[in-house]
Amino acid sequence: MTVDAGRELRLTLAHTRFQVLETVRIPIAVIGNMVFPALALSFFVLPQREIAGDTQLATQAVAQFALFAVMSTCIFTYGVGVAEDRAQPFDAYIRTLPAGPVPRLGGRLLSGGLFSLIALVPLLVLGAVATEAAPSAGQLIGGIGMVLLAGTPFLFAGLAIGYALSVKAALPIAQVILFPLAFGGGLFLPPEMFPGWLDTFSGFLPTRAGRDLLVHVTTGSGATVFDVVVLVGWTVLVAALAVTAYRRDQGRRFR
Amino acid sequence: MTSATAPPHVVEVEHVTRRFDATVALDDVSLTVRRGELLGLLGPNGAGKTTLLSLINGLRKPDSGTIRLFGGDPRDPASRARLGTTPQETGLPPTLRVAEVVDFVARHYPDPMPTAEVLEMFGLTDLARRQTGGLSGGQKRRLAIGLALTGRPELVLLDEPTTGLDVDARHALWDALRSYHAQGGTIVLTSHYLEEVQALAQRVVVVDRGQVLADDRLDVILDRVALRRMSLRVPDAAVSSLATVPGLTQHETSADGRHELLVSDADAAVRALVAADVPFEGLTIAGATLEEAFLTMTRTPPGATQPGATQQAAAVDQARSTVTTEGARP
Repeated sequence: MTVDAGRELRLTLAHTRFQVLETVRIPIAVIGNMVFPALALSFFVLPQREIAGDTQLATQAVAQFALFAVMSTCIFTYGVGVAEDRAQPFDAYIRTLPAGPVPRLGGRLLSGGLFSLIALVPLLVLGAVATEAAPSAGQLIGGIGMVLLAGTPFLFAGLAIGYALSVKAALPIAQVILFPLAFGGGLFLPPEMFPGWLDTFSGFLPTRAGRDLLVHVTTGSGATVFDVVVLVGWTVLVAALAVTAYRRDQGRRFR
Repeated sequence: MTSATAPPHVVEVEHVTRRFDATVALDDVSLTVRRGELLGLLGPNGAGKTTLLSLINGLRKPDSGTIRLFGGDPRDPASRARLGTTPQETGLPPTLRVAEVVDFVARHYPDPMPTAEVLEMFGLTDLARRQTGGLSGGQKRRLAIGLALTGRPELVLLDEPTTGLDVDARHALWDALRSYHAQGGTIVLTSHYLEEVQALAQRVVVVDRGQVLADDRLDVILDRVALRRMSLRVPDAAVSSLATVPGLTQHETSADGRHELLVSDADAAVRALVAADVPFEGLTIAGATLEEAFLTMTRTPPGATQPGATQQAAAVDQARSTVTTEGARP
């Protein structure tokens, strides 16, 4: 079967629009994702002047919370959101329309990217106003691109959870994955404060690889080629899980 | 059965079995739908109708057997380009507006109807900006069927399209489906109401417990399932004369001594009893339920009788209360 790229793109945009509309009509979901990272920055970083007042450390802290914002948006909006959608009869209907997995997954990727960006706005504004974080324009743009790339494995993780599990199972699993990965990857405490064994272990986590690359792009130091390998490896692995879960999914069972 | 490549077949189902855990939802079902047919899948709830549709529309895979939709695998999106289906009434995305949902569906098809035309056809123009969560049951159903026709499909699958609607709304939807069919469209609809199948279908497939019990023209099926239940008392001496009642498909004796007959034509049966001077009393006549009709279809060949059988007497009271009194009293 030949794939008409133009048609796939139009359909992807239609699915994106559909998901964006569904999400923004229940604004509290969007607002929650926007507020939480900024709140975390206010509680954990702003009171510590030695971090907030230092350009390098403040930029690094904002970058870490930015990755946390993106990964939590991905894992929750996908993990729980997809599981919720699958429980709805309209989702079964959409699966009977003449579209394959590409427009649906593509629509989820694009709408997830959009809401991830939106979730960054209050954090970046607060970081600029209340801390000494001062990336150059190039570093800022590079950082936004990098944080989306670094969020990719979590996006696929969210999709894998959403397509494999029910809503009741997806919610706790999303939480169980999110917080240890965020902590272990140095998103709450910088890895310089880790004991040696944790630092070594952390090096194999997708959060740590993403964080190192992001800090490298925004402050100019810290990442290695190994981080790239780890991030790409996790992305491929989790994407394969997501595709498998999608293929196995036949909606709810009934009668 | 013609060869697999025969183009007039819109749907081909061959020896399909589908289980859900221990339940066999479809048991070795074979069925072909030809272009332009208006086919009714008739059967009680849980008979396997919805499962069969979910195999044809690609939502599920059969455990064994093959399904072809326009000659291809229904799980391949390209096979579904000429297929229209409906969401369940409760299944519309509640926060989206009516026109947004139609637009979204239309984008999946190469030559869809303009959104305004779909809304106009189903009387939804004034509701275009309404969120679907705010629609009434009838409005949701109209939108659902509108979505099935939005892509100008060649085949439409409708699962219980008008169940629970009031008479006016039901007739309006039937008109829309008839006009779609008149323009060459193929329709497969499921129902557990004989009335709905009777109003629309030309060919009827009766399904129960995952098996095809009958597949024939509407009038032939009607003769077999549109049974009447006659209940009457007769003196013991006259019982044997009941066996001569025309169109008798089942004869039971209930616990209180009443005779329960399932007959294809109650008028003819009453005339025959009167003509034979059978001294009956307390005659009542009611429509038999489809379930009763299906039971006689599975357990006895048409025309055979089961005199004295009592094991189904308990189900008698569940007969639908569409009592017809024409000629009921001697």
